Amino acid sequence: MWKWFHQLASPPHFYRLASLFIPWLAWPGYALVAYGTFAGLFVAPPDYQQSDAFRIIYVHVPSAYLSMMAYMIMAIAGGIGLIWRMKLAHAVAASAAPLGASFTFLALASGSVWGRPMWGTWWEWGDPRLMSELLMLFLYIGYMALRSAIDDTGKADKASAVLALVGAVNVPVIHYSVEWWSSLHQGPTLIREGGPAMDPAMLYPLLANIVGFSLVFGAMLLRRVRSEVLRREARTRWVRELVLAPGENG
Amino acid sequence: MNNGAPRVPGLLAGLVATLRRDLLLAWKRPGDVLNPLFFFAMVCTLFPLATGPSIEQLRFAAPGVLWVAALLAMLLSLNSLFLTDHEDGSLEQLLVSPQPLVVLALGKTLAHWVTSGLPLVVLSPLVAVTFRLPGDTIQVLMLTLLLGTMSLSLLGSIGAALTVGLHRGTALLSLLILPLAMPVLIFGARTVALAAAGDAYAAGILALGAYALGALSLAPYATAAALRVSNE
Amino acid sequence: MTQTLAMSGYGIYVWSTFALTAAVLVYNEWAARRRFRSVYRDIEVRIKALENHK
Repeated sequence: MWKWFHQLASPPHFYRLASLFIPWLAWPGYALVAYGTFAGLFVAPPDYQQSDAFRIIYVHVPSAYLSMMAYMIMAIAGGIGLIWRMKLAHAVAASAAPLGASFTFLALASGSVWGRPMWGTWWEWGDPRLMSELLMLFLYIGYMALRSAIDDTGKADKASAVLALVGAVNVPVIHYSVEWWSSLHQGPTLIREGGPAMDPAMLYPLLANIVGFSLVFGAMLLRRVRSEVLRREARTRWVRELVLAPGENG
Repeated sequence: MNNGAPRVPGLLAGLVATLRRDLLLAWKRPGDVLNPLFFFAMVCTLFPLATGPSIEQLRFAAPGVLWVAALLAMLLSLNSLFLTDHEDGSLEQLLVSPQPLVVLALGKTLAHWVTSGLPLVVLSPLVAVTFRLPGDTIQVLMLTLLLGTMSLSLLGSIGAALTVGLHRGTALLSLLILPLAMPVLIFGARTVALAAAGDAYAAGILALGAYALGALSLAPYATAAALRVSNE
Repeated sequence: MTQTLAMSGYGIYVWSTFALTAAVLVYNEWAARRRFRSVYRDIEVRIKALENHK
């Protein structure tokens, strides 16, 4: 079992595995997203409170979920890279950042657009979920800014790993403090706390989208990690052989 | 008895020595301590200038304004936490010294709090009075600032260690620290607002205290790790 | 059909959100592929140049 883990940590093996896995994640992922989106838009019945506007949930919830998942991946990968000195882990962390930021942006945009018909404003400072997502976006931006400010890749890896870990520890604190802050001013929240007591016809497309988006995210992540690995290992023999091998175009 | 090798000073001695050194340095350069204080006062002045001197408005906005100004002043002073040491090489000395880097980082951070945070706590009542905050609210303000600036120094030292010597490190430092400092700002400012309104504010004080304790026990490790990374 | 498009009056909000999502997904796919191609090409050029010098 450790042998497999060690093999995984070797860049050429990971590169090969990643190339193999990408379609196995992307195709099912997009299929699920297609079903979830179609069913969410056309099959699920309108919400009795929010009518058809609630359908934004099929995009908002997966995005928000992924924005947090990506951050956890970024922080854990950074931690693994820091503790076990695995360059590959750092490559994963670096790749996760722009993806996580994209989904955070999407969560914010969808939340804002959802809020417009529901509350009448484009932005509600009092909504704890929106505020948490906003702070998470700032965390991502800071992470990427730190990475680009440090020229040496190794140093950038370690510094940003420290930052990501510190941020990860703070994320629950941020969530709690924003919740407390907004509870002082009782404002409306986007998603009713009814949660999974949803009508199955509403719930299944949502679950499909959550899983589908996650698979798609996985595929995108692997694709980026491949690029990262190639870039970092550019001067090694295995990359040289890879590039010189006939018929190889990535 | 003595095996002939020089005795290495212990942890506490290392902490005290670092603390003393930084305090002494700050004493010799009072500008470093005073500038953030003037900055705090000036930022507080900006608000009445911008929004008009209506007493009701000012009293209402005071907790937020005072806290934001304090946060910005702390950010300003954090820049130079490791900068001078980095420039003159003493940072490397810290890295190779026999005491654990964690302890030395803590020493520097505490010195920073004493020279940047405490003065803010002392100055705040003067400014708060101009905003017509009542006496007991001002006490709450000072308590939140006492705990909050401690957390800010600790958090900020991590950011300062990560960005020391970087091009445009100043702006980057603020970018990194601000999201992490949000909970401190939230708890600090809102607690004072609650106190001003006569509501129960103990929860906020407890949260600030818990945060400060957490930061005190964890942040120095992160700062030490960041220092090592920045200087390799 | 128009009923579906209208989404009981919320049409523009719902459709713009889904369109934005699609755009973000497409962008990320494109950006990841572009990055790969550019990294690969850079390496290929450099290595083939080294080979030719031999």
